[in-house]
Amino acid sequence: MIVNRKPLTIWERLYLPAIAGGFKVTARHLFRSLFGGKTVTMDYPEQKWALPPDYRGAPYLVRDQDGNTKCVSCQLCEFVCPPKAIKITPPGPTGPMADRPNAEKMPLEFEINMLRCIFCGYCQEVCPEEAIFLLKDYSLTGQSRQEMVYNKEKLLALGGTHPGIQKWKHKLEEAKAQQDFPVKI
Amino acid sequence: MDWNFIIFSVVKIAIVVGVVQGMVAYAVLAERKISAWIQDRVGPNRAAPPFVERIPALGPALIRLGLFQPLADGLKFLLKEDFTPAGVRKAYFWLAPALAVIPSMLVIAVIPFGSHLGHQKMVIADLNVGILYTFGIVSLGVYGIVLAGYAANSKYPFLGGIRSSAQMISYEIAMGMSVIPVFLIAGDLNLSQIIGWQGRHGWLFLYAPVSFLIFLVASFAETNRLPFDLPEAETELVGGYHTEYSSMKFALFFLAEYSNMIASAAMMVTLFFGGWTLPFWGLDHPATSLGMGLLQILVFLVKMLSFMVLFIWVRWMFPRFRYDQLMDLGWRRFVPLALVNILVTAVVLWMKS
Repeated sequence: MIVNRKPLTIWERLYLPAIAGGFKVTARHLFRSLFGGKTVTMDYPEQKWALPPDYRGAPYLVRDQDGNTKCVSCQLCEFVCPPKAIKITPPGPTGPMADRPNAEKMPLEFEINMLRCIFCGYCQEVCPEEAIFLLKDYSLTGQSRQEMVYNKEKLLALGGTHPGIQKWKHKLEEAKAQQDFPVKI
Repeated sequence: MDWNFIIFSVVKIAIVVGVVQGMVAYAVLAERKISAWIQDRVGPNRAAPPFVERIPALGPALIRLGLFQPLADGLKFLLKEDFTPAGVRKAYFWLAPALAVIPSMLVIAVIPFGSHLGHQKMVIADLNVGILYTFGIVSLGVYGIVLAGYAANSKYPFLGGIRSSAQMISYEIAMGMSVIPVFLIAGDLNLSQIIGWQGRHGWLFLYAPVSFLIFLVASFAETNRLPFDLPEAETELVGGYHTEYSSMKFALFFLAEYSNMIASAAMMVTLFFGGWTLPFWGLDHPATSLGMGLLQILVFLVKMLSFMVLFIWVRWMFPRFRYDQLMDLGWRRFVPLALVNILVTAVVLWMKS
């Protein structure tokens, strides 16, 4: 395509129309943002943007609606974690039991290093217990590296409860139902 | 030597330097705020010492205006590491910021910022050759920048220095010639006398509008402001002549640039807009009372600040000139225009007499 470049007229070469136009545009924007309050800036910490429903923030551990720890220390998330941010200490054979019936174990310690975490969501995807979720937090800050390693207590507190399926409760009920099943010989 | 003269001069120098430094700090804030508003942004609205927040109503408003930002900026410049890159020419590297600041502060010495306060003339040095002194000093300003470009020993500052030298030298000619009609009309080189003439006959931009136009554009070029900010064009030259500078040395370049702006604004007010005079309320002749004297200083400051706002505002109106366009405008438009302007003014004055 050939664009014809017309030579500027004398009037245009004086820069005066351009100057007038410049004044007009800048003055309009100046008064609009000064008196109309029409600025595009968001006062970030006070105002926050609405997150989309499928937003992936920081991974936290969740409890079920009875307040039990859902995690059973299977270490699948630790295995799948691409940046190796998750570190789980299982209870071992002599460790404490799970805090709910019919679950074998729960983690002695569960640490996520938020400086390493890339918010990829593999842990959530791989978890067979639906115990870890990527919630909506995105601005994690701390004063030291140590502070950015979130332990089990902190992760559970931040995660809150997740009223979803309670896999082991249903398994327990199923087992009971099977035991009580009236078998007549 | 008269002790009275020395003491009052020192006091005046201290006050003027202090006021100019304060104005530089707040000119930077004004620049940031006005830029923000023109671009539909908010601008600095956070920095404040902790107790300000607790002042009811007024405190938060002050913080939103960013009135404490210059303090934070100044503190930052003082506390930053003063880094000297390995390849620089040390002596010149240290000399350049000082050479940039000194002329910009010296120019202000001859500007009458008021008529009288008591028996004191409100000008530091009431020179008979006022304007010649100004042009002499202003032309020294280029050395700081050129030296900074040379001392940094790296290509972007060097290009900035080259551009700056060419630009400032060419626009100085147009600037110097543009004010000759002013002196033809007013018949004096002393800035106080020129203001006195304007008080009696009306402001000079009415008599010499072309001079004012050339002077305005040339002072934009002299102070390296957009659309003539080629020496420090960020998009082309990283930071231009002050690329390699940090901390207080960088702050000195900033100080020089903004005091140049202040000096140019003051010169324009003095030469074309009647200095401390206003054509009504009896403000057009030297003050007789203290209150009038203060009022005239205020008038001068208000005029000057409106020129500062113009400087800042114009920055967001135009794209940067290309180097050859800049030279074209300087040499082939403004120099002939200024010459014709001198000739026409002289002929008109000759016909009248």
